[in-house]
Amino acid sequence: MLIGGIMVITRKNPVHSALALIVTLLAQASIYLMLYAPFVAGVQIILYAGGIMVLFLFVIMLVSIDRSMKERQFNSQWVVGLIAATALGGLFIAVYTKGPSIFPDHVLPIVENDNTQKIATMLYGQYMFAFEIASLLLLVAIIGAVVMAKKKI
Amino acid sequence: MLHITTLHYLVLGAALFLLGVIGVLTRRNVVIVLMSIELILNAVNLNLVAFSRIWGGLHGQVFAIFVITDAAAEAAVGLGILIAFFRNKETVNIDEVNLLKW
Repeated sequence: MLIGGIMVITRKNPVHSALALIVTLLAQASIYLMLYAPFVAGVQIILYAGGIMVLFLFVIMLVSIDRSMKERQFNSQWVVGLIAATALGGLFIAVYTKGPSIFPDHVLPIVENDNTQKIATMLYGQYMFAFEIASLLLLVAIIGAVVMAKKKI
Repeated sequence: MLHITTLHYLVLGAALFLLGVIGVLTRRNVVIVLMSIELILNAVNLNLVAFSRIWGGLHGQVFAIFVITDAAAEAAVGLGILIAFFRNKETVNIDEVNLLKW
């Protein structure tokens, strides 16, 4: 998964980056399976690797990349960017080495076979409002994307 | 084999987050910047599901599903903006977005 991530940010061809991102997303789905979350793994494969990345590939196809592949690949502010990322990495290292005691130990709850049913009960019961708002958000995003990409409004 | 604790998942999430941040800050191609943003969202999802594993309840996984939905909407709108930008300037270079520069 980390190799896929590194390939996403370093490849010159955006299609290579998109394929590396698909590999990363599939690896992440398998990690979700390790964490006993089969429904999230399925949603990730169907939605993310099968929907969003296809959208990305379509847009890469529409936007002409031959000229962009011949130019310089990295930003003019890449030094500052790397310094900021190193600072963030230092912060992460400080948090994760100083306190493995903040994160509780690996408590194994009893894992049952009805993960999907429980998530559905929670989605339609406790998180019903957020569910409806998410559908409204998707509607607004569809309208927005269509309007943004039209030739004449 | 070493026992995989929660910390390993969190460190993996942090490493993915760092890769996404480096991608956003240093690449010139807008499409790759958008893909790095998806990497960041995935790192956050990994953290959420890992914590949901420890604390027992499925709230983290429900939140992760909502984050995936949100990422889909945001990717669609971002790519629409990218297409509009490309139609105006014929390039996918972030350095060309400098109309508001002072």
